[in-house]
Amino acid sequence: MEYLPNILFALVLIVGIGYFTRNVKRLSRNIKLGKDVDVSDNSSQRWKNMAKIALGQTKMVVRPIAGLLHVIVYIGFIIINIEVLEIILDGLLGTHRLFAPLGSVYDFLIGTFEILALLVIIAVVAFWARRNIIRLQRFVKPEMAGWPKKDGNMILYIELVLMFLFLTMNGADYQLQLKGAAHYVNESGIAGAFPVSQFLSPLLEDLSIANLIIVERTAWWLHIVGILLFLNYLYYSKHLHILLAFPNTYYGNLKPKGQFKNLEAVTNEVKLMMDPEADPFAASDDNAPEPEKFGASDVTDLNWVQLLNAYTCTECGRCTSECPANQTGKKLSPRKIMMDTRDRLEEVGKNIDANKGTFVEDGKQLLDDYISREELWACTSCNACVQACPVSIDPLSIIMDMRQYLVMEQSAAPAELNNMMGNIENNGAPWPFNQMDRLNWVQES
Amino acid sequence: MGNELKVPTMAELSAAGQQPEVLFWVGCAGSFDDRAKKITKAFIKILNKAKVSFAVLGTEESCTGDPAKRAGNEFLFQMQAVTNIEVMNGYGIQKVVTACPHCFNTLKNEYPGLGGNYEVVHHTQFLTQLLEEGKIALEGGKFKGKRITYHDPCYLGRANNVYEAPRELIRKLDAELVEMKNCKKRGLCCGAGGAQMFKEPEKGDKDVNIERTEQALDTRPEIIAAACPFCNTMMTDGVKNKEKEGSIAVMDVAELIADVEDL
Repeated sequence: MEYLPNILFALVLIVGIGYFTRNVKRLSRNIKLGKDVDVSDNSSQRWKNMAKIALGQTKMVVRPIAGLLHVIVYIGFIIINIEVLEIILDGLLGTHRLFAPLGSVYDFLIGTFEILALLVIIAVVAFWARRNIIRLQRFVKPEMAGWPKKDGNMILYIELVLMFLFLTMNGADYQLQLKGAAHYVNESGIAGAFPVSQFLSPLLEDLSIANLIIVERTAWWLHIVGILLFLNYLYYSKHLHILLAFPNTYYGNLKPKGQFKNLEAVTNEVKLMMDPEADPFAASDDNAPEPEKFGASDVTDLNWVQLLNAYTCTECGRCTSECPANQTGKKLSPRKIMMDTRDRLEEVGKNIDANKGTFVEDGKQLLDDYISREELWACTSCNACVQACPVSIDPLSIIMDMRQYLVMEQSAAPAELNNMMGNIENNGAPWPFNQMDRLNWVQES
Repeated sequence: MGNELKVPTMAELSAAGQQPEVLFWVGCAGSFDDRAKKITKAFIKILNKAKVSFAVLGTEESCTGDPAKRAGNEFLFQMQAVTNIEVMNGYGIQKVVTACPHCFNTLKNEYPGLGGNYEVVHHTQFLTQLLEEGKIALEGGKFKGKRITYHDPCYLGRANNVYEAPRELIRKLDAELVEMKNCKKRGLCCGAGGAQMFKEPEKGDKDVNIERTEQALDTRPEIIAAACPFCNTMMTDGVKNKEKEGSIAVMDVAELIADVEDL
């Protein structure tokens, strides 16, 4: 019986991590539904970008208030995880404060965690107020209605609860140490420093040792179970960015933002057209692969980095708030492009799961069922969204791929753009001027 | 003004066995748009004054394909690109300067993958270089103390990280350079990019160029400087919409310089 808590803990841990592993597999399977793209170049620059942008948060602080608050929660998250390691080991081994022999280092660590926990609470409250009281514009755009709004708040509530549980656990522990409760006392005096949770003393000091143990154990268990639940919530939430921001910044675009990729399939066609040796009457090769589809109408036409982008998006809306089309009341919102891509990808993934590993046509696609043509045509390709993203997401590349599908597969460009393209084709300029008149300006006064 | 523009073409120079140092890529706007033609001429005047060895392709030039590509027509873009590349490679062109950020971006970034490798510079970079080499001297005076705000073209700024060259030129005019609320990396688009120039905007509350013009007007400028023929059109329309065309001029950086040099 004495090992019951250890066994229970191990079970909870196995279930929590097992379910998380299942989610990671599903995530990676879905991302791999995207087309292959070569991102093996420049690995040193890529590591640098990841260190600067994800680890160093350099693009977060472009907006100082949100940036500072985020850095607090981010540092809190990373550092407080050291404590989670101790909690897991204690749980498995049946020890209490396993790292306490570190002495003053341990005191320093626990004290730091407590201060960070308090700062995280303050930052989380500020974040909540920005979403719910101040109602910053980018948090109340149409695409945020429903689940995205709930999700955003849910994350804040969970973080708040976890921090309170952590402090309660420490506060009760401190009292137990003061009262000399068995299992809690340490030969070398008080283990840990409690700069924040000591203020819970008035609430706790009158409790009996038995009750304090109940408080401490309850907080301890809820805290670690909460963390495991939170870990498994990630896959269903925008909060997934805490993991994916790292690979996403690694695989982010390294080329000048203005450089859009040249479609290789088109290059081959164009070369063939320009080749005087090519035999126009040559019979087509029966074994020739089916011609590649131009552009994207569904998530599987996008490449896997674009799909990774979609899962990485944390819906902060910096892209949308910088978008000239969105600022002037158009339907286009780059954030919605990313959210739609993720939603559709999830739908495709579930379809595959429900049909034993193969996708069964569902009569839906990313274009029209999620992203409307009106949104796609409102883009000025100005790259403001790409610049604004703190984790190197590129909504513009998806918009462009979808425009390619509309124009090259469906000939469905707006009429005025068809005129423009007709002009380029016929007379080498977007306007109906004769190419032979191209130098007339020299003679005009 | 009397002095004739000297605009040699590649065909003429090639026939005479000469090779210019740089090709001036005029672009469609610079060739056909009445407002942009003035920018072209201003830049040519500076090139002539600085005795730069250059030529244009003239009737052999064709759209780079930028608006087609941004509209999604990769096929048309690549057809344009390979045709232009064939012409340019035929003349053995090494260096290209252009006053259009869209041509600049496409030639610089998207042509190499299709066989067109050139050193491509924007005219504001080229002018900065002329200034450094002492080939042009900007004796302020005319614009001294004038409030000038500079609008970053997306395809020059964010797309290619050229923020300083045009600003340096404006500062050299002894003008007071004032920045808009959104500038440099966070510059707001004029509304013309991504082939929007050639269509009506989607339904919304406002046109993008009006929003941007309002940001420009907030700086109380005497001149709005641009470095792109399309931005120029959009900002000029915006200023007219606000009925400020009498007091605020929209000018290309090249025009400012040509003006100061009394060309």
